[in-house]
This record gives sequence, structure tokens and C-alpha cells, in this order.
Amino acid sequence: MDPSSSRPGSPDSGAPDRPRGRPCVELDAIRKHYQLGDETVRALDGVDLLIEYGEHVAIIGPSGSGKSTMLQILGCLDTPTSGVYRLDGLDVGKQSESQLAEVRNSKIGFVFQQFHLLPRASAVRNVELPLVYAGLPARDRRERAEAALERVGLADRMGHRPDQLSGGQRQRVAIARALVTDPAMLLADEPTGNLDTKTGAEILDLFDELRGPDRALVMVTHDEVLAQRTQRVIALRDGKLEFDGSPVSHYAKVPQ
Amino acid sequence: MKGPLSGIAMIVRRSLRRHLLSTTVTVLAIGLATGLVMAVFAVSDQTEGAFTGGDLGFDAVVGARGSQLQLVLNSVFHLDTSPGNVPWALYEQLQSDPRVGLAIPYAVGDNYLGHRIVGTTPELFTAFSYRDGKTLAPGPGGRVFEPDLREAVIGSAVPQRTGLTLGATFQPTHGVVATGRERDEHEEDYLVVAVLEPTNSPADKVIWIPIDGMFHMSGHVLRGDGEEFHADEHEGEEIPDAVKQVSAIMLKLRGPQAGMALNQQYNLGGSDYTVAWPVAASLAQLFDKLGWVVSVLRLVAYLVVVVAAGTILASLYNTMNERRREFAILRALGARRRTVMVAIVLEAMAITALGCLAGLLVYGAIMAVAAHLVREQTGVVLDVFAWHPALAATPVGMLLLGGLAGLLPAAKAYATDVAAGLLPTS
Repeated sequence: MDPSSSRPGSPDSGAPDRPRGRPCVELDAIRKHYQLGDETVRALDGVDLLIEYGEHVAIIGPSGSGKSTMLQILGCLDTPTSGVYRLDGLDVGKQSESQLAEVRNSKIGFVFQQFHLLPRASAVRNVELPLVYAGLPARDRRERAEAALERVGLADRMGHRPDQLSGGQRQRVAIARALVTDPAMLLADEPTGNLDTKTGAEILDLFDELRGPDRALVMVTHDEVLAQRTQRVIALRDGKLEFDGSPVSHYAKVPQ
Repeated sequence: MKGPLSGIAMIVRRSLRRHLLSTTVTVLAIGLATGLVMAVFAVSDQTEGAFTGGDLGFDAVVGARGSQLQLVLNSVFHLDTSPGNVPWALYEQLQSDPRVGLAIPYAVGDNYLGHRIVGTTPELFTAFSYRDGKTLAPGPGGRVFEPDLREAVIGSAVPQRTGLTLGATFQPTHGVVATGRERDEHEEDYLVVAVLEPTNSPADKVIWIPIDGMFHMSGHVLRGDGEEFHADEHEGEEIPDAVKQVSAIMLKLRGPQAGMALNQQYNLGGSDYTVAWPVAASLAQLFDKLGWVVSVLRLVAYLVVVVAAGTILASLYNTMNERRREFAILRALGARRRTVMVAIVLEAMAITALGCLAGLLVYGAIMAVAAHLVREQTGVVLDVFAWHPALAATPVGMLLLGGLAGLLPAAKAYATDVAAGLLPTS
């Protein structure tokens, strides 16, 4: 099944199309402040950002730059102190906790450095999981999960548990799980961080192959190789946007 | 199953399988607690019901001045010792009393291998109905003893422990309990002429012989007229009524008015005799006195319940840390906080439900043992399978308690920080 031609499992099937060039992620003056004792930590301090469908973006920055906070806010795992975040046309800030769970389920596909698969569940059960929360009947879940695993090249590993799979295969399962709901955004946190160079490269190839024109692929990373394969690098420092442009110009400007 | 439900079911199922050992231990703890509570209620109520249920065959018992309870325990339940003797004349007087429908004399004091021997008249088997018109009927091949022969009719539970059967002979032993001392043995041989059909009553444990045999028994002394009369020294002679004594006179009365009148006459009128009427009321007093024992048992059972609930709480709470990541993954994939929380509470209730099933087994086992003991000791039969409200109330209460015990771990799951559970700290 071609992910660009239909939206299997997505509860918002029939939602407006996501044409390339239209904004998928809109951040407007996003601030995230924490109170740490007497000190106010400005993890994000007024970030404006626009990411379009079809874009492949790397968010980079040193430790403490606000990168992780950015990931949490983009992933609707946390809410900003102020500012507006629109994802796939939806004002995320106005959603309740339960609605945010639905947003995570239907609009975001997570891929983590640690894979985060359920250890005692088979690959196909893992991929089915988001569809459980989307409310799909068991048979549809199974069909779609199997199709997604076929797309990532694991047709012959569906019944295997994570501990019976290699690191690269586990990440493929995670990618299948992220794609199975046809989300507007794929959000990956150091997706190759736990893989060797060759396997990492294969995973990045898979991302390129599957991300499609109707969703944004956002990778949070400090891996230059990974960032250089994207179309756009967004660098954070001290909670502010330090650079937003092509990888070529970024790495030319900041020789590592 | 639709989304949230099947999501919850999945969390519960996965966890129960994964924490098999702690789940099993918890289920057993709840099973014990549930079974214990149900059994304490059922055994105490059933025992009390069986003893005081009213249908004890006789309406009243007349005996020597003393405790009504002792009189009833001795004559109806064949427990305890006799409070003393009353003269034969009283029996004859009651027999002709218009308020009395049936009067049957009992003479006690001997046993055979621990089974009490009661001297009585053949009317016990012909005129007396112990329950719903049923009489103490001799089993196949048996007949009622002849009042002037050394014959015995034995209760249905007697053969089991004594080996006595139809046609067997035995020598009674002095005393109401087995002493094992040879010198206590009487010389007379008694022939078993009937094994009674089971009655599920204390009568099943008794050996009945003619009351005359009791009077004539070697070593027995009658003091009905104030003088000592050794009946065995007057072998073959009619014993004068004046010297005869009986331990108790069992009565069927003609209506409650008769009972009140007898009560007035004997108990309140300052006579030498006591009438226990109604029979069940004397026992109700006993259970009132033993009320505290039941209270203590209930308290113990409740404490076990509390411990079991604590086990649920502890076993679930302990899994929360290791499951933090799982909850975080599920939340990231679209599970709501509430879904996770409800799943934990339901998991607690599912464990409790399994425990309640185990509790039914525990209950059955306790009831079977209790019924066996009560029957062995008293001949009273408890119905192991009888319905008791505690059988419904306890599991319902336990489920609620289980859910309640799940709340704390659930709150912890609810508070799981998704990001902290999933992202490397950087």
C-alpha cells in the first residue's frame, strides 16, 4: 500500500489534503519556561517556525539548547508556556489532555533512539498499537499493521518479538508503527543513535523512501551526517532559533 | 472491542501475564481472605441455624434443677453431662398431664467406645417424629428393641467408628465418655437389633437401649426413694417405680400455652425440676454467649482482607516503576492518561476477581472441614452448598476494595511523565 495514496487507519481520513508547500507545523512565539528554585529557565524563548508538508528537517543544537523541549512540544508531550502551535491546521494549545492523546495518535508518528517497542509483543502487535487507540477493529488493525511491516521490509518477521530482531530491524518496526496511522508529521529523536553506521544509513534511506510528500519529517539530532542528509537545518541555542537554512550553508558557516 | 476498551484490556492482559508470580501470590491471598470471610459468616450462621433452627423434635425437656442449657445439650445433642436425675413418678405424672402430647424418658450415663448409650422406651421409635413426620426408623432387617431384653438400636453413625453391625454384641462402659478402663465395663452383653436410618441429627451417634436395661445395669445405683438400690442384685425382679430415676423427660407439648404453663409451674414455681422450653431458646442463649467468638473470628477475617488488599496495592505499585516506560510508550502512541489509569484499577479488579474465584474453592474447603467437624462432634449436619448472602456480598465488597487498592498505583501511572519515560535525559 502506498502511504501517499490513502490514509490507512487515520481517524481523520477524509481530512483536507496535505499538499506539499502548505504549512504542517506552525510555531508562533513559542516559549517554554520552567521555574527551577528562584531561577527561571527559558528552555524555549520565542521560537517562530514553519515546516511544510514534504519537508525533511533536522533540529540540532548543543546540550541545553532547547532541542529536547522542542521535541516534546512538537510531539505534544508537553505544552508551551505561551505562543501558538498549529499542527496539521489544528491549534494544539487549545486541546485538552485527552484530545492531545488523540493528536499524538492521529497526527504524529514517533521514532525514538531507543526504539521503544513493547518487549513481549510481536512486531505486528507493536505496529498495531496506535491503531488500538485509534479505535480500529481488530481485523483492520492486523491488515494495516502487516502492510506497514511489508513496507519496511519485515514481511518475514511479523511474529518476531523485539528481542528476536536486530537493532536495525527494531527501528524498522518502530518506523512501521510510526507510519501505520498515516500521520502528518514523523518525529524522530536520534533515530540512528543506537545503530552502527551502515544500519543507520539504511534506516535513513528508508525514511527517505517512505516519508512521502504529504507529511513532514522532523529529526532531532546532533549527528551531522544525519543532519546533512536533510533539506533544512534548524539550529537552536539558548532556547532561540540560531540558524534556519540548508545544511550546506549551515555546515559551511560552522566548520566542525 | 472498540479502541479504549481494547486498549485497556491489552494493558491488563499483558501485565497479568508478565507478572505471573506476583499475580498468583496476590490471587491466593485474596482467595484466602474471601474464602475465610465467607466461611466465617456461613459457618457461624449455619451452625447457629442448625442448633437453634427450632426443628429439634422435642418441644421441651424436663430434668433436675439446674441449667436449661445443660439439660438441652445433654438430652437433645447428647453433649455435656446430665445435670442430675428426676424420679420416675415425674415421668408418669407428665405422661398423664393433659398439656403433654408425648413424654419419653431418657436415662444416660453409659457409653460404648465414646458413643453415648441412652435408655429409653420403644415409643421413641414409634410415637416420636424428629422432623416433618419422620420417625427414627430401623434400617433394613432391623426392629425396635424389646423393652425387657438386652437389645440395642444404634444410630446410623455408630457402625462407622465402633464396627457394630446388625447382630453384633457389645458391653456398655460406665460414663458418658470413653475412658478405656476395663473396670468401667459392665458385664451385660447387648445385641444390636437395628441400625437406624440416617437422620442428620445428633441421634445418629447414639446407642439406644431399653430404659429397664439401664436400671438393671451392673454397678448402677438407683436412689429414687432416698435409699441406694442396686438393681443388679435384684435380677429378674420388677424394680419398684419408687426407686427408678431418669436423666431427662423429653416432651412434645400440646401448643405453646402448655410450654408457658410448665415454665410457670417448674421454673418459676420453685420446684425441684427444670423445664427447658422452648428447646431452641436455651441454645440461642448459648450462641448469644458465644457471640464474641464469632466477632473475633470476623475481625480476624476482616484483617486478612485488609492484608490481601494491601497485597494488591503493593504488588501493583511495585510494577509501576518498571512499567513507566510502557505507559509512556502507550501514551505517546495515543493512550489517554485516563485509559492507563482505568487499566490499572481494572487490573486490580481482575486480580481480585480471580482471587474471588479461588475464594470459592477456599470457602468450599473450609465448609467441608467445618461440616465434618461439627458432624463428628455433635451429629448436626451443615449444608456445604447452602446459599448464604455472604457468598455474594463478600466478592462484591472484595472487588470494590480491590479497585480501591488499585487507585494508588493508578494515580502513579496517571502521573507518568511521557517525555521523561521515553527521551534520553540530555
